[in-house]
Amino acid sequence: MALANPKQTATEARIAALTIPESGWTAPARKAALARLRKEGLPDRRDEYWKFTRPDSLVTPEVPKAATFTHDEGPIFGERDRLKIVFVDGVFDADASDDLSMEGIEIGMLAAEQGADIHWARDLYGTLEERGQDPVDRPLAALNTAAATDGVLIRVTGKPSKPVSLIYRHQSDTSDAVLHHVLRVESGAALTVLENGPAAARLNKVMEIDIADGGTLHHVRAQGRDHDRRAVTHIFARLGRESVLKSFTMTANGRLTRNEAIVELTGDDAVVHIAGACVGDGANGGEFHHDDTVFITHNAENCESRQVFKKVLRNGAVGVFQGKILVKAGAQKTDGYQKSQSLLLDGDSQFLAKPELEIYADDVACSHGSTSGAIDETALFYMRARGVPHREATDLLTLAFLGEAIDEIEDRDLGEEILARIESWLARRR
Amino acid sequence: MADQTAEQTGPTETVVKEGVDQETVDAVREAGSYKYGWQTDIEMDYAPKGLTEDIVRLISSKNEEPQWMTDWRLEAYARWLTKKEPDWAMVDYPEIDFQDQFYYARPKSMEVKPKSLDEVDPKLLATYEKLGIPLKEQMILAGVEGAEDAPAEGRKVAVDAVFDSVSVGTTFQAELKKAGVIFCSISEAIREHPELVKKYLGSVVPVSDNFYATLNSAVFSDGSFVYVPPGVRCPMELSTYFRINAENTGQFERTLIIADKGSYVSYLEGCTAPQRDTSQLHAAVVEIIAEEDAEVKYSTVQNWYPGDENGKGGIYNFVTKRADCRGDRSKVMWTQVETGSAVTWKYPSCILRGDDSQGEFYSIAITNNWQQADTGTKMIHLGKNTKSRIVSKGISAGHAQNTYRGLVSMHPKATNARNFTQCDSLLIGSTCGAHTVPYIEVKNNSARVEHEATTSKVDEDQLFYCRARGMDEEEAVALVVNGFCKDVLQALPMEFAMEAQQLVAISLEGSVG
Repeated sequence: MALANPKQTATEARIAALTIPESGWTAPARKAALARLRKEGLPDRRDEYWKFTRPDSLVTPEVPKAATFTHDEGPIFGERDRLKIVFVDGVFDADASDDLSMEGIEIGMLAAEQGADIHWARDLYGTLEERGQDPVDRPLAALNTAAATDGVLIRVTGKPSKPVSLIYRHQSDTSDAVLHHVLRVESGAALTVLENGPAAARLNKVMEIDIADGGTLHHVRAQGRDHDRRAVTHIFARLGRESVLKSFTMTANGRLTRNEAIVELTGDDAVVHIAGACVGDGANGGEFHHDDTVFITHNAENCESRQVFKKVLRNGAVGVFQGKILVKAGAQKTDGYQKSQSLLLDGDSQFLAKPELEIYADDVACSHGSTSGAIDETALFYMRARGVPHREATDLLTLAFLGEAIDEIEDRDLGEEILARIESWLARRR
Repeated sequence: MADQTAEQTGPTETVVKEGVDQETVDAVREAGSYKYGWQTDIEMDYAPKGLTEDIVRLISSKNEEPQWMTDWRLEAYARWLTKKEPDWAMVDYPEIDFQDQFYYARPKSMEVKPKSLDEVDPKLLATYEKLGIPLKEQMILAGVEGAEDAPAEGRKVAVDAVFDSVSVGTTFQAELKKAGVIFCSISEAIREHPELVKKYLGSVVPVSDNFYATLNSAVFSDGSFVYVPPGVRCPMELSTYFRINAENTGQFERTLIIADKGSYVSYLEGCTAPQRDTSQLHAAVVEIIAEEDAEVKYSTVQNWYPGDENGKGGIYNFVTKRADCRGDRSKVMWTQVETGSAVTWKYPSCILRGDDSQGEFYSIAITNNWQQADTGTKMIHLGKNTKSRIVSKGISAGHAQNTYRGLVSMHPKATNARNFTQCDSLLIGSTCGAHTVPYIEVKNNSARVEHEATTSKVDEDQLFYCRARGMDEEEAVALVVNGFCKDVLQALPMEFAMEAQQLVAISLEGSVG
């Protein structure tokens, strides 16, 4: 009789604390995901894929308490014309949300449509997540598929007039939200999705994105400003021929954030850009740990992938980047690019990176660059000599450094809005 | 396709165009890609197959070692039993039966250690001669004839030749002794210089560092030992030549190089093995200690038998190489050309402990047919103002897999440390793979780390240019690849650079068309 290993014990303890629906069209997918989770086991610090980030607080059955955060600055995207869908501590708030009908798009809620006999999302729910489990285990995503309490189901058939905006509010300091969104962009359709807010004390979110031939999805996310919150998010995307996915994430505060993006290019000439700008301050509340983990698989010809991640870290903040480009045999004419850079504003902060290339096709151009260093003293001196105070000069250089990632946002207005947020974040810390 | 081209032109007909390296052309044309695949028929003395405590004791007694050394080995053996074989590298090979190996093989004629090279079995000397390794104390011209850079009086290279488990002989020992340099086999050093061995052995690669290093610590049979006293610039290049000859025999050599304060030494390592259907194990450990202001250059041309074009046979090369830049302003430079072995698992590293110390790593790894290489370096910056530079060129052809795996770590105290890393991979053909797995850990904000990597195929324009000037495809590829490797080839000592350049071409033979 084998002794139960600690990993197994931890996994079972976590599963015991979950409520897993056993009926509805998601039930088979949930059952399969639970089996995956049991097989893989929840991550612990010995896992290579969690080498730089300790998953402990993301896997415990009880939620580490997280105080809510009040702010005099209004939430981002507030001035924008958009279709609002609000979640409070992971629960859909219909009253705070807009009417879900709009031309060119079908929107439903996972919890509400659970009882439907058949649903278009049935073939997708958990499918892309499962595809993303190879070659690396992603047990927290399997957990999500098994135990998700709610999420949006979005099918884009045309070109809706305004973006869909997912707003995540945090009210309870022990909320443990498990959200699972499914997005299907039909052939030739296009949508912009915005996300913002801290969501919960602990958030586990999965977004499955299936883009058919010629479809386009723009995704801009501003991750919550709460100091105490913790989050693990996964984007699983599958891209058809000539489709486009552009995703950008801004992260300011948060004790622990792990953002994974797993993208598979399955149709020729598809384009994916994943970018992130992160400003981390370990001072208020003690810690800031941000992890961007990206895995892009080129499984078709002539596709383009681009990763641009920039991090500014101070007061003991930790930034992690694990990026991988996998080019499968036959994925000729691949253009893969990956850049990860960090600016360390003081001696306590850390940057840990593992930018990987795994390539099985010869006619490709793949490259990655990774740098880490302090602020450029010469540039700083130049500005000081022209009368710019030290703090302001530092902020200007910081903004310039992050600019390259923010430039990845195609909509200039959205880019400006993100930039303004970072600017005021920096100004408050002068 | 390759053969056809060779037949059409024929070796005598081709007029080599100006600017085309004759060596490259010759090398490409050379028939049979592995020219060191022959075997010397020589009577051998084996320890019984398998690994037990008794075998460890036997190896120790064959080397006439003192008790402390035997104990050291036994402790390593005990540790090895508790260790697991690492599985994180991107290499795939059938499970190794560690009990189905000979851990000690010695030519019968070496039973009584020859006092000088004159007494060594002529068969052994002939082996090395055939390999192109001069064991006679003679002046050898650097590189090939007509090399302009060679000083007029020629250059001397002292050689320690290791045949299976034992050192056959070491040349120029007397002359080196005059300079105060100790250069001998490690077994001799354990007997003659126990104080140095005791002090340094295992101080860079601890006994239980990893599975293979621990195995090596238990069963290493021979290897080279170098001690360069303070302020001495070693008067000649030192070199070790490893030859695996016996079948089913693992070679476990141990090299220890100590460069005392302000000294300098350049060390070359070469290796070959016969062509066989079964795979053989090679697990070496190299430790380098650089004291204050010392500089060590360590160059390797690794040309173990790589297996045939169907992936049969070949050496499993699991090597732990590490340098400790202990003293301030010390410097260690690793240069490697990895063309052989069926499986390579090797990460020559530098611990930059002293302030202002420097580590450099230049590597060319070429894999063809079914070869697999997982190689790279670790640069661990502990001291202030430490600098490191990594230039890695990986070339993959046939069905081969080639991985660069490296670590650059800036510790919190490594103020103003610098690292620059450049990893380029070249793919020839659509069935091979090239991978890059760098780890970067920066814990000091004044440290600057730059990492760049690219993967591409042989540039069509460059190929076209060469082809338009009458070169066949293979020659053209060899030339382009040599250009791709130039940064690393230039870092090699002259003797090696020539050999390496030829190897680059040979290793890629048959990869085009």
